Amino acid sequence: MFSSLSEKLQDVFKKLRGKGKLTEKDIKDAMKEVKLALLEADVNYKVVKDFINTVTQKAVGEEVLESLTPAQQVIKIVYDEMVNLLGGNDTKLTFSPSGFSIYMMVGLQGSGKTTTAGKLAALLKKQGKKPLLIACDIYRPAAIKQLEVVAEKVGVSCYADYDKKDAVKIAVEGVNFAKSNRFDIAIVDTAGRLHINEELMNELVAIKSAIKPTEILLVLDAMTGQDAVNVAEAFNNQLGIDGIIMTKLDGDTRGGAALSVKAITGKPIKFAGMGEKMEDLEVFYPDRMASRILGM
Amino acid sequence: KAFKQVDDELFDELEEVLVLSDVGVKTSQKIIENLKEKVKMNKISDSQAVKELLKEEMFNIINLPNKLRERYPLIILMVGVNGVGKTTSIGKIANLLKSNGKKVIIAAADTFRAAAIDQLEIWAKRVGCDIIKHVEGADPAAVVFDGIQAMRARKADVLIVDTAGRLHTKKNLIEELRKIDRVINQQIPEAEKETLLVIDATTGQNGLIQAKEFNQAVNISGIVLTKLDGTAKGGIVVSICDELKIPVKFIGVGEKIDDLQEFDPKEFIDALFE
Ligand SMILES: Nc1nc2c(ncn2[C@@H]2O[C@H](COP(=O)(O)OP(=O)(O)OP(=O)(O)O)[C@@H](O)[C@H]2O)c(=O)[nH]1
Ligand SMILES: Nc1nc2c(ncn2[C@@H]2O[C@H](COP(=O)(O)OP(=O)(O)OP(=O)(O)O)[C@@H](O)[C@H]2O)c(=O)[nH]1
Ligand SMILES: [K+]
Ligand SMILES: [Mg+2]
Ligand SMILES: [Mg+2]
Repeated sequence: MFSSLSEKLQDVFKKLRGKGKLTEKDIKDAMKEVKLALLEADVNYKVVKDFINTVTQKAVGEEVLESLTPAQQVIKIVYDEMVNLLGGNDTKLTFSPSGFSIYMMVGLQGSGKTTTAGKLAALLKKQGKKPLLIACDIYRPAAIKQLEVVAEKVGVSCYADYDKKDAVKIAVEGVNFAKSNRFDIAIVDTAGRLHINEELMNELVAIKSAIKPTEILLVLDAMTGQDAVNVAEAFNNQLGIDGIIMTKLDGDTRGGAALSVKAITGKPIKFAGMGEKMEDLEVFYPDRMASRILGM
Repeated sequence: KAFKQVDDELFDELEEVLVLSDVGVKTSQKIIENLKEKVKMNKISDSQAVKELLKEEMFNIINLPNKLRERYPLIILMVGVNGVGKTTSIGKIANLLKSNGKKVIIAAADTFRAAAIDQLEIWAKRVGCDIIKHVEGADPAAVVFDGIQAMRARKADVLIVDTAGRLHTKKNLIEELRKIDRVINQQIPEAEKETLLVIDATTGQNGLIQAKEFNQAVNISGIVLTKLDGTAKGGIVVSICDELKIPVKFIGVGEKIDDLQEFDPKEFIDALFE
């Protein structure tokens, strides 16, 4: 992931380093190339504009231009801004002080919610927790079965009710079941939906107010283009999200969505999905990711 | 206002529209450069006319022959990365062909993803067509082999093959797809064939690489652009049409059985500028 963006940025930096002393024009030229590289990597148009403005403003200051290692300083500024863009460092999953935590997976169709629900259960189980998966997707063909298969793979229980046609009720009963059966985590899988589908967005709001999740996690496909920010913004505005899980980062996506959504929503990316298998979920570290992108 | 000034701003605006629709910055710049030249050559001074010219240029890029083959027996192989809408689109296409009087069979060659077979079975029931399936974990090529036998025995017109989602970067999975393709070519060489790549309209620049890689592996004959009922415009197909000349054949506009439409290039371009 990010490799092609990384190559392009490193090219730009190499040119800068080769120059020794830098003029304002050198920096502006370099920023033009950075801008192109970011756009080609699907970073949101508006985010790119802001990013370039911020970096340019900081980089054309006298301290940088007059310093002995101007290129180094510019790269440092880009790195710091990149870490900022990716989300500072508050990316830890939070647990409820009550000892019983509820996580709700939401997102567009096909983004990876059901798979990620299973992966998260696997990860938490490894940490000694006892998670229950709750199947609240009553729409997609075989969605409940899919979660049951996933649960079995991970070796955790799954709460399902094939007869109920009310996602809110299933969520409530699932959570009650978890509490009365000594589970300490409930992970709620919900149906994929468009952020502009009012009826289905309201369903999520109803589930939220009924079960009061510890965290609502937006599951987002890393290959998403410019629309990523619309989606993240809409879910955040209508529902309030606590964090983002980027999936399908195991491919060769340039990862622009990952670089855009924190800036727009203010919510951090917490995990990265790195494959289809249940162990393919990684904690997301913005600083490491920035280093990787910049090849440092 | 001076002629040139107005234009630069306008051209920047138009380029922004294209980039925001996921056409991609390179293709967008190329299209806008061409547009600038034509505007200059034809001395166009009305911004609305410039916009119309741009639409025309883009229409020309995506207006490729886009009818699904109409000779039978026909095999349709559906491929694409994870979660784009392959299985759902199969249900919709099967339904369309069936309502055109064709006898359709579906082969469940996604033997990998949890409950993928159950999902396809529900679709087959909705459509009212036969399904050929093995168990989870079975060899997908063997499912396709059986599908072809069934097609022959039951004198079906169309066999639609569902495959597991796979990233184009996974060599072994792409090889598995090649194997499925070989089975089709060897077992029923007389059949017509469509290999449809499903692309999610929200996809960014990765979509072009997907198209290149899948095309190299199994020769794509058309694209199904799904999830156009959202806010994403699916502009990446402009780049794909431009570079690879692969037509978009269908669009997906929802999760229901009849949320499938034949691709209409003009409507698509108009929607980019809405
Ligand atoms: N390569 C890869 N594939 C993934 C990853 N996460 C999920 N997938 C795949 O993406 C596809 C969709 O995943 P699901 O978990 O069904 O997605 P969903 O969001 O639950 O889908 P809906 O319920 O239909 O909205 C499946 O083929 C998964 O195997 C990932 O990190 N990497
Ligand atoms: N809104 C909308 N959703 C769609 C459309 N097409 C498919 N979907 C949804 O997208 C999700 C994934 O669809 P699938 O058909 O399972 O996708 P797939 O490519 O077969 O997924 P894998 O087999 O896991 O790779 C499901 O929730 C579908 O209902 C569409 O045109 N619009
Ligand atoms: K997707
Ligand atoms: Mg799901
Ligand atoms: Mg499928």
